[in-house]
Amino acid sequence: MALVEFRGVRKVFEPTKRGEKPVVAIDGVDLDVEKGEIFGIVGYSGAGKSTLVRLVNALETATEGTIVVNGREITGLGERELRKVRLDIGMIFQQFNLFSSSTVYHNILYPLQVAGVPKAERHGRIAELLSFVGLLDKAKHYPDQLSGGQKQRVGIARALATNPALLLADESTSALDPETTQEVLALLQRVNTELGITIMLITHEMDVIRTIAHKVAVMENGRIVEQGPVFDLFSDPQADATRRFVSTLVEQGPAPRTLEHLRERHRGRFVTIALREGSVPQSELFAELVAREVRFELVHGGIEDVQGRTFGNLTLALEGDPAQVEAAVAALRTKVDLTEVD
Amino acid sequence: MDDTRLPELGPDIWEASLQTFTTVAIALFFGVLLGTFLGLVLYTTRAGGIFANRPVFVVLNFLVNFFRPIPFIIFIGAVQPLARIVVGTGFGIRAATFALALAAGFFISRVVEQNLFSVDPGVIEAARAMGASRIRVVATVLIPEGLGPLILGYTFAFVAIVDASAIAGVVGGGGLGSFALRYGFRQYDPIVTWATVLILIALVQLGQLLGNVLARRIMRR
Repeated sequence: MALVEFRGVRKVFEPTKRGEKPVVAIDGVDLDVEKGEIFGIVGYSGAGKSTLVRLVNALETATEGTIVVNGREITGLGERELRKVRLDIGMIFQQFNLFSSSTVYHNILYPLQVAGVPKAERHGRIAELLSFVGLLDKAKHYPDQLSGGQKQRVGIARALATNPALLLADESTSALDPETTQEVLALLQRVNTELGITIMLITHEMDVIRTIAHKVAVMENGRIVEQGPVFDLFSDPQADATRRFVSTLVEQGPAPRTLEHLRERHRGRFVTIALREGSVPQSELFAELVAREVRFELVHGGIEDVQGRTFGNLTLALEGDPAQVEAAVAALRTKVDLTEVD
Repeated sequence: MDDTRLPELGPDIWEASLQTFTTVAIALFFGVLLGTFLGLVLYTTRAGGIFANRPVFVVLNFLVNFFRPIPFIIFIGAVQPLARIVVGTGFGIRAATFALALAAGFFISRVVEQNLFSVDPGVIEAARAMGASRIRVVATVLIPEGLGPLILGYTFAFVAIVDASAIAGVVGGGGLGSFALRYGFRQYDPIVTWATVLILIALVQLGQLLGNVLARRIMRR
């Protein structure tokens, strides 16, 4: 059974002022997050992903549909019961949300107090958590004495204090520089593999998804427009929104402006070939061109690695006898996905 | 300098100062209690707050808006009947202190409400996500996180209370205000008037200094 299950979930925010229309934040979402996986949710701001993740720990309540977390239906539970559910769900935030008036130590102590962990166990648990995130020496520091990456590591330690089954990460690396982002993502990966904690991670950065997510759902206008294993979505995006997100990392072909510049510098016929895991080896494709005495130049594109698998789009400029070029293009078409670039 | 009565008024000015100190201290204490409570209710019951409750907010918001703009010199007379019920008399230092505490409560409620806006709503959400009850969030997150600005707000209110305390004389409440009026202004004795001014300046400076130091310690910067 899935750890988190959404069935036909809708969330409508009633207008705060008279005369305004209600806002449909989540519009019929079905979702299964399996135990042990890192499930990414990607979308532009306003797509509803923040609301979605807050429905899981009931910081927002669903208007319609059912939500089951860890085998328990949480829709319709009272505040007292929901507090118990929340004890088993950690959460980290874009702006870290550490208590600025408390030390690192007391930040991590807080959830232990809330959960009623016996006093004798608290100190050891905090030391354990601080060593896990590599901040044992910062226990007595205040949040404003830490760097962004350190703050998020404290956030992670605090979220893990009560040994939750699930960790919700709300744009947890969006406020960090690229290097720190990688550090925090590596830590989240350890949380997943070493502690076996399921992670639901929302982001607008496809790079985050590529780096650590196993599965991904793409959100647009409160709906999930596509979901599946990360590599599948990268290699064969179906929805427009998915294509746009994938193209932020791997270009499908040169953009119009780029193409203009390329035309100025290269002659010949432009084609883009899509290389995918398991497709024909590149050497075979190039041999095809050489055999027909078609000169070729790689003018745009590249090969990406998505979770250990090859993935890329290459744009070639082909020159030579027009009939031979035509034959070569036809031959390539039988081996790979090929698109003419006009 | 020969025509001032300041030297012989020494004991009276001391007594008036003491009256002002006690009136201000008591009004500040009860004003902070009442104002903090009302301010917390205003902050937490408004739309999007953790105890969001429109009727409660609207009623309280109206009450505060109704009483707060009343000039203290009118307020002190207007609440005289209430003073009789609560402190047993409508005159003297007790009635004046009561009126001052009540006015301070309404004033401080707004100050508290506004200073709580400086607390990052994210930390409240984080505490809620950890399973803390709403009342616990108020006591262990909202107040500690907002304490620095709150102390600055109380200090601001303290100065306003010192200001308003000068009007206590209206109901025979004594203090430096009525002293300055009686022995300075009406006796054409500016030296006496300015002596009370200096005492009040010292009092305000001292309070402001204390508030600043405390707030800085708590905000650690």
